[in-house]
Amino acid sequence: MDKMLTLTCPCCNVTAEETEFHAGGEAHLKRFGPGSSDDEFESYLFTRKNPKGVHFERWRHNNGCGKWFHVARCTTSLEVFASYPAQTYAPPEDILVHIDTRRPGWRAKT
Amino acid sequence: MSDPVTALNHLSSGDGIAHIAEIGPLGMITLRGDLRARAIQAAAISIGRVEFPEMRHCNSAGENGIAWMSPDELLVMCPYAEVGEALTKMNTTLAGQHALAVNVSDARAVFQVTGPYLREVLAKLAPVDLDPGVFTPGMFRRTRLAQVPAAFWMRDDQTAQIICFRSVAKYVFDLLCMAAQPGSEVNHF
Ligand SMILES: [Zn+2]
Repeated sequence: MDKMLTLTCPCCNVTAEETEFHAGGEAHLKRFGPGSSDDEFESYLFTRKNPKGVHFERWRHNNGCGKWFHVARCTTSLEVFASYPAQTYAPPEDILVHIDTRRPGWRAKT
Repeated sequence: MSDPVTALNHLSSGDGIAHIAEIGPLGMITLRGDLRARAIQAAAISIGRVEFPEMRHCNSAGENGIAWMSPDELLVMCPYAEVGEALTKMNTTLAGQHALAVNVSDARAVFQVTGPYLREVLAKLAPVDLDPGVFTPGMFRRTRLAQVPAAFWMRDDQTAQIICFRSVAKYVFDLLCMAAQPGSEVNHF
């Protein structure tokens, strides 16, 4: 297993360790803006999953091609299940199925 | 007109395991747009005077060249004295296109690292696999050198050319000299 977080950018296909990238936090957040309740707005701004295990994240290839993308990875082992384009509201189904094989039962925990 | 001055006045160092020299000034135009569009490719080729590069490659000949920077960005290179005229010509070719061309020549510094240990010098500073079977001449890599963004390609087996922001030119020069300090061969590659 890699001792360092190694990511592949789906925009330019570069694979590098995490210092070539910049973390952008939890992926697939729904924005609550004007008209939302205080609770919704608070949760949008501050409440994050922070799981021990499977996590979907935004990353930017800031020292490379400059593009944003998504990563599905394990926060404890640093195993990366997949990276996928930024232009989606949810992880692609084939990636979820792949994670099922790597972490059986993970969906029940999220 | 005043004379163009490079960031470090062509500072160089030949003391270590590789020769390091600031070169330039060079003409550099950032061109953004749809890289599949024929007008974009034509605009790049008319100034860069080389074949259109593949993803993550740089084709160069002398002071001319085209580097693939991202899925929607190129760096088009030409002699410094020609860059003003080149930009005008490019904008004419790009008329009506959704594209952007900007002269960044004075916002960059350029270095050459030469010698048989250049792969080691770069590998000490960038999170890039510089194995000769992986990173080959003509490939282009945007990455970081220690704490600052930079990009480089190998013109040939013994010559790497590095582009960084002008504001960090001295930092990059000092980094390269430190990574190339005498006796620091790792003999990894
Ligand atoms: Zn990238």
